[in-house]
Amino acid sequence: MSGLSDKRLLFLTGKGGVGKSTVAIALALAAARRGRRTVIAELTGQDRAAVAFGHADGSSGARELRLAENLFTISIEPQHVLEEYLQQKAGPLGDVLAGSRTFHGFVSATPGMRELLALGKVWELAQPQRRTRDAQPYDLVVVDAPATGHGLATLLTPRTFAEIAKVGPIASQGRTLDAFFTDARLAAVVAVALAEEMPVNETISLRERLREEAGIELAATVVNALVPDRLGPRQAATVAGAVDGVRSPLVRAALESARSEHVRARAQRAQVERLAEGLGSAPFELPYLFTPAVDMAGLELLSERLEELL
Amino acid sequence: MSAPGVAGWLDGVRVCICGGSGGVGKTTTSAAIATGMAARGLKVCVVTIDPAQRLANALGLDTLGNEPHRVEPAPFAAAGAPLGDGELWALQLDAKRTFDDLIERLSPDERTREEILSNRIYRELSGAVAGSQEFTAIAKLHDLAATGEFDLLVLDTPPSRNALDFLDAPDRLTQFFEGRALQALLKPSGFGMKLFGRTSGLVLSALKRVTGVDLLTDLSTFFRLLGGLLEGFRARAEQVDALLHDPATRFLLVTSPEREPVDEAIYFHRKLKAARMAFGGGIVNRVHADQLGDEDAGELVQRLIDEAGLSRPLARRVAACFADEHALAVRDRENVAHLAQRLGASVPLLLVPHLDEDVHDAAGLVRVGAHLFADATAVAP
Repeated sequence: MSGLSDKRLLFLTGKGGVGKSTVAIALALAAARRGRRTVIAELTGQDRAAVAFGHADGSSGARELRLAENLFTISIEPQHVLEEYLQQKAGPLGDVLAGSRTFHGFVSATPGMRELLALGKVWELAQPQRRTRDAQPYDLVVVDAPATGHGLATLLTPRTFAEIAKVGPIASQGRTLDAFFTDARLAAVVAVALAEEMPVNETISLRERLREEAGIELAATVVNALVPDRLGPRQAATVAGAVDGVRSPLVRAALESARSEHVRARAQRAQVERLAEGLGSAPFELPYLFTPAVDMAGLELLSERLEELL
Repeated sequence: MSAPGVAGWLDGVRVCICGGSGGVGKTTTSAAIATGMAARGLKVCVVTIDPAQRLANALGLDTLGNEPHRVEPAPFAAAGAPLGDGELWALQLDAKRTFDDLIERLSPDERTREEILSNRIYRELSGAVAGSQEFTAIAKLHDLAATGEFDLLVLDTPPSRNALDFLDAPDRLTQFFEGRALQALLKPSGFGMKLFGRTSGLVLSALKRVTGVDLLTDLSTFFRLLGGLLEGFRARAEQVDALLHDPATRFLLVTSPEREPVDEAIYFHRKLKAARMAFGGGIVNRVHADQLGDEDAGELVQRLIDEAGLSRPLARRVAACFADEHALAVRDRENVAHLAQRLGASVPLLLVPHLDEDVHDAAGLVRVGAHLFADATAVAP
């Protein structure tokens, strides 16, 4: 399932609440540790990576922000991208458009335009020759994309625009982007899931829809937050059998917590198996972190595991 | 004395909107609330977006109808919570269909309607863009409320990362019509015509340069067509706004006790307050209870050996499980306290414990309901 190491771009998507941003940051950290100049591109406007690395206000200000050795982040804002794009494409006319309310109305009213602009920036970040003035090229772009349904739609936006526009700059731009995002040698879609019913269903359906609607194979699936099964069935039975004879609430609670962990681990295992069956291959597994929040130590731990994927 | 838990929050309420970030159990909570209110004799409809398959089956939502559908009451009676005179209905939202219906209703004539529905931009992009689910959810809610058929509507808002997307949604589609620049474009002379006029020559040439002429033509057709629906959209936006601000509409906040959803919930509450929308209370799902209290876990391994008869290696493992769960209980307690403090003393919170398995049937909904319809758990701010 590996083979992500030679890609220039990883597009991470998954159901809301599965820890997609955390996995994106950890994956980027792993790549950076291997010496690849890596940028985390957030399309969700939340600046999670900047916050995780202690930039308290979280604002990378739509600019590339250095987080650590070889590691950068940018929160992509369509408005900012638009201004950049206009300056490059239309020269002095760009300023006319940028200052035109009509044009801004047009951009905000056109369905999919924001997505197209955001992907245009992602594409630019991934080019060996950057268009942004004085910008250094990256070896890898990790995209923290919107949740599954919207993520897939976002990925398909360039093609849709190319088809609708047929000729002209947007059409050719759309074709360029689409060719890049669907080129398995350059770009890969990675799904993030939890071992629960809905995320598993969404991941299986994402794989099918990617194949049917975009002609893309899902490159990898990461199942996040798996609780350990420290007991196994035999010891779980022993523990369950011991509960009734115990009077102390503390000892009972301890026994219950161990039994409960076993039940949860077993339910998760069943979901992982269902996912593996639906995908035709075993997903990559990450452990649950028993910490108040995902901190640097947690990110390091996850990133060490994820190195295997790269 | 007021009714316990959610029933107290929803006394006299006609519309209940459950908001929160993705993955916090919003769908289950909405269904459990609707079930509990139906059991109190009301005719309730829960509008869900994308329920888990087994929950969908339990609610009889195997078919995508986009219309309310009565839920079989027998399984609830079997689970010890008969619905009695109450009725539980459910609807799974079909965003595309709701949007098409809306276009159909707002179109001034048959021809406009056909033109929009077959317009490439509408077809290719309208269903795909962010916000359309949010927009259609509220549109459907508005339509259901207008029928007056239900005592209570419970809306499970779309699983959006930003809990607020749905609040902006009614505006998002109408705001560009209201911008003066676009209104000028949408005058009978049409988008393209206006642009070809003397004032916008420079803008047009720049626009052609960055978009291409074909796309521009398609877009201008799209805007011209939608422009015909302008009045309808605006009138609806006002009605929706009135519904969201109605004294009989309540927002409930659903969250898990993890830091990020809690922060999102705090933000959401602040926005609701700023928008002057009525807030019912907060529901925190999947809370790990603190089993340790004032006791000392230091001797736990030995006590597991002595009192439960476990072997030492097993006792160590059990103690490790307990220590990890306790760490989560401490985390949850701190995050819930943070939530309570930021929401203020006047906002009631209900805590639902972490359950070992997914809720996917009538019995599960009744189990969750037992926590939602209990007396509000006091949380010290």
